[in-house]
Amino acid sequence: MAEQSKAVVQVKGLHKSYGDVHALRGLDLEVGAGQMLGFLGPNGAGKTTAIKIISGFIAADSGSASICGFDCESQSLDVKQVLGYLPENNPLYLEMRVVDALGFIAAAHGLSGVQRKDAIDRVVEQTQLQEVYWRQLRYCSKGFRQRVGLAQALLNDPQVLLLDEPTNGLDPLQVVEMRKLISGLRASKTVMITSHVLSEIEAVADRVVVLNHGVKVMDKNISDLADEQLLAVEFCCTEDKLREICQQAHATVEQIVEASKAGRCQALVKANNLAPELVANLAKAAVALNVDVAMLSPRGHSLEHEFRKICHDNGGKE
Amino acid sequence: MRLLVIARREFFAYFESIIGYVVVALFSALAAALFFLVGDVFFSYNQASLRHFFANMPMLIAVIAPAIAMRVWAEELRSGTVERLMTLPFSIGQLVVGKFLGVWAVFAVALGCTLLAPITVEMLGDLDWGPVIAAYVGTLFMAGAGLAICCFLSATTTNQIVAWMFGACVLLVFNLIHLLATAVFVPRWLAELSLNLDMSQHFNAMSRGVIDLSSIGFYIGVMVVALVANTLVLSSGRFR
Repeated sequence: MAEQSKAVVQVKGLHKSYGDVHALRGLDLEVGAGQMLGFLGPNGAGKTTAIKIISGFIAADSGSASICGFDCESQSLDVKQVLGYLPENNPLYLEMRVVDALGFIAAAHGLSGVQRKDAIDRVVEQTQLQEVYWRQLRYCSKGFRQRVGLAQALLNDPQVLLLDEPTNGLDPLQVVEMRKLISGLRASKTVMITSHVLSEIEAVADRVVVLNHGVKVMDKNISDLADEQLLAVEFCCTEDKLREICQQAHATVEQIVEASKAGRCQALVKANNLAPELVANLAKAAVALNVDVAMLSPRGHSLEHEFRKICHDNGGKE
Repeated sequence: MRLLVIARREFFAYFESIIGYVVVALFSALAAALFFLVGDVFFSYNQASLRHFFANMPMLIAVIAPAIAMRVWAEELRSGTVERLMTLPFSIGQLVVGKFLGVWAVFAVALGCTLLAPITVEMLGDLDWGPVIAAYVGTLFMAGAGLAICCFLSATTTNQIVAWMFGACVLLVFNLIHLLATAVFVPRWLAELSLNLDMSQHFNAMSRGVIDLSSIGFYIGVMVVALVANTLVLSSGRFR
């Protein structure tokens, strides 16, 4: 577990069902101040349901969620004052101009006069909306609309920010821009960001929680994951021989990927920080055992592998 | 005041698209046409009176109020903006009342545009403005009751057309229910109840220029019941 002592977001035993479908089955979670939490999971894992309960939009069947000590259900007005929320699909009033959409949200948060103007100027600067400031939202690109959604979530300078699939539907360049914007919020806010794009979570989050079928199946710091990098190896030998090579090189086989292709065996090997000596040791062991090396390729850290494994083990579909 | 933030957004949302202008123009045009043109009622009476102008109001409101209120919640629910709205620091009750005030203000603008009718009559003869003002006040309250009912019905569907149809049907019932009293087989208590529930019956006195406080109370009661029902529907989270 990678939970922090001073929790800003606290979720205890959250259950939620839609008819016969159990979206959440006793979710427990704590998010510390200033932490950027990545909420991962396949479609239908319960990420959005959890976010909607925390935002106060829907009520849980049982369990509780609180933000900054305020209960999300019974003290929802207090929660909404300290919360910024970008819902999935970013629903906006398309008939409004960007400036009016921001003005409305600012007024909803009780900002008026100079305060409102300052808040709008701040978020426009933060999210780089100057270009479309006077434009009607229906004529803004998807990328700009997403930025407007983020700007609205930031208007009240919230302590906690919930971002549900913030890069959904964006093109690769827009994804990079959105990622930069979110990374810019690091340290100043507690952020919960959901996604099923692993690289996105890797790029921005400090900690990752994986949900599957409404259950938390993994909770790790990204820094821990970075230590658990993987190396794809392929030798011209049998599986037993490959295991022997790894044993000699003091490497742990994570998974045998393929063992029958033209006398070759491919595997994923745990390689903490891809220590160069491990690569050398594997090559040396292979030579010593008279086995040809076909491939020694770094595969980054094991988040994607773990995610696939967890979802597969739990019968989820990716 | 927080309610006004919602009311103002709702009001201006109508005039940011063509819908608001169409509804206002349609209401004013229909009200004027029914009064000045249809059946030649105004000119044949040869009196500077607006009684027949206001006699058409209950049925006009039964058509126009659902048109104004149909999008209030149905569109929010369809587009998903209800999620944004409900995660802002407002209670559901504030949202319901704020939106209602917004659409009531839209109707007030539409009603304001019909002032051309009394002004025209004033130019043609000597109009007594007292009854006209009383009838305008009555119309505003009757429309308020109709709009509150339609706002509630709008929260029960994600389709604006369905919301309009629901609203028009319910308001027609509320305007024709007094006919029950004329049926022979209806017991006395039911006949009285039908007369008391009929929105047009409550408007009759006010259309003649009498401000009837019990009728105003009836309209306010309908508004309160409809707005509470609206709040309960949204709180139930059926669409979330």
